[in-house]
Amino acid sequence: MIGAVARRAGSGLVVLWAAATAAYLALLAAPGDVVDSIIGDGADSPQIRAQIIAEWHLDRPAVVQYLDYLWRAAQGDLGRSYLLQRPVRDVIGDQLAPTVRLAVAAAVFGVVLALILAVVTRGRWARRVSSTAELVLVSTPPFLIGIVLLSVFSFRFGMFPVSGDRGWAALVLPAVTLGLPIAGVLTQVLRDGLDRALDEPFAVTARARGLTERSVLVRHGLRHSLLPAVSLLGWLFGALIGGSVIIEQVFGRPGLGQVTLQAVSGSDMPVVLAVVVLAAAAFVVVNTAADLAYLIIDPRLRRS
Amino acid sequence: MTVAMPRLTARRFALRPPRPPIAAATVVLGLALTAVAWPSLFAADPLAADPLHVLEAPSAAHWFGTDQLGRDVFDRVVHGARHSLSIGVAATVIAVGAGILLGLLAGLTHRAADEVLSRGFDALAAFPLVLLALLFIAIAGTGTVSLIVAIGIATLPHHARVVRAQTLVVRQAPYVTHAVAFGASRTRLVLRHVLPNVLGPIPVLAMIGLGEAVLIAAGLSFLGLGPQPPSPEWGAMLSEGRGYLHIAWWASVLPGCAVTATVISLTVIGRHLQNRFEGRHQ
Repeated sequence: MIGAVARRAGSGLVVLWAAATAAYLALLAAPGDVVDSIIGDGADSPQIRAQIIAEWHLDRPAVVQYLDYLWRAAQGDLGRSYLLQRPVRDVIGDQLAPTVRLAVAAAVFGVVLALILAVVTRGRWARRVSSTAELVLVSTPPFLIGIVLLSVFSFRFGMFPVSGDRGWAALVLPAVTLGLPIAGVLTQVLRDGLDRALDEPFAVTARARGLTERSVLVRHGLRHSLLPAVSLLGWLFGALIGGSVIIEQVFGRPGLGQVTLQAVSGSDMPVVLAVVVLAAAAFVVVNTAADLAYLIIDPRLRRS
Repeated sequence: MTVAMPRLTARRFALRPPRPPIAAATVVLGLALTAVAWPSLFAADPLAADPLHVLEAPSAAHWFGTDQLGRDVFDRVVHGARHSLSIGVAATVIAVGAGILLGLLAGLTHRAADEVLSRGFDALAAFPLVLLALLFIAIAGTGTVSLIVAIGIATLPHHARVVRAQTLVVRQAPYVTHAVAFGASRTRLVLRHVLPNVLGPIPVLAMIGLGEAVLIAAGLSFLGLGPQPPSPEWGAMLSEGRGYLHIAWWASVLPGCAVTATVISLTVIGRHLQNRFEGRHQ
């Protein structure tokens, strides 16, 4: 068990190193001059250029710059933003909280909704209606869901703020928007898992012991259907990150998505790279958590 | 086992989806393709502004209403099909082409190369699609071409993995061994014997992948990273209409519905074909 966790952590480090290196190579491959990106619209003269080259150590060999970059990244120093002229760590640190709030709220909403839908819609018609809704949710661009919710609940009924991140009311619509497609996918997987579990002999045994259908479903079926759903944790995380970039734009929320978008449009590579490395790090953590979750859900895996 | 009976019929039902959705999906796709091939058949100039009729609600004259410049939203949606779908198709072509090439490479070359490529596919597939596409756009700059390549690269691993898996099966097949025994050249082996036999699942995968590509393309151009205004791309129209949502929902919601209808149709038909040809559930 401890060995497995150590191996996981080791391969996680390799993934992180690969992500950091790939990101660095991407920076080298990016067209355009770094000095131009740093100057932006500011004053431009040979002296200023020389000063920038000295300050950012651009005159050193690429290999030295790469090792320097890795060393600083290992210490948590992700460089300085070209555009904002601030340490990347501060830029991201300021904007992390709203995005995490949004992602957590959306994940909780999506997972709870999926669990309820998968358990409740067992009848033939309920299942058909729910499957259709899932297909629509999965195929709808998230920003359209957001825009429809905005126009109905914010503009028509005035129930929620139109934009910004002030108070819990402002979190409701973005979280629902981000959580609905997640619920769509998870419900499909959970329902398939439940169908398979309830065909198993243990379900017949449980019924024969006199358990009610609901209790067979919730206490025995659900646990089995959770296994395929847990393997989607990595996907879920990706959907949250990718989705939040778009959702923050729809609802005019501050957050990592806005930072990333500005950095991408402005070729602010240090920020883009930091976001990529950070996402890779979070991804490693999530996948390790998923592997541990398997052990908690399925006792059979603990023995082998 | 009477308890299990309804479950069995339900399962069989799921294997063969009901007809009406498939018919509807075919109609929608037919309309979309017509709009791509011949937009002026249904719609007038998508750029014609009319300052006297700004942000008007849907009516007989303007089926989808007008936008903030008085342009007819229906005309723009119809012409937008060409922009949005061709971005999706081009991205899918890149994904499928590169996927086949890399999958064959991984399946046919050394084990070390296979290991490196497969880890690469895993990493690409694991990373959030939107973030990958954003990273690529950050490097290559905004614009339609880099949007297409970005989506192509981000969706490639799925195809590559399937082709690799098929290749590993096919290269063991007796007809390949026989061809080797008959002294077929390497090129002939790959092109005549391996390639045609690994392509089976690709058309259906490509169809489902096309839906995904259209969806991401709309998302990225909503963020302003694709075709720039005034071109009538669906995602870009949504983004323009977002500013007028409080007075004119139609300018953003209806182009979004066009994206949804197209993607649902592609998914429904893709899944249907998958079930028919592979006898697999989902």
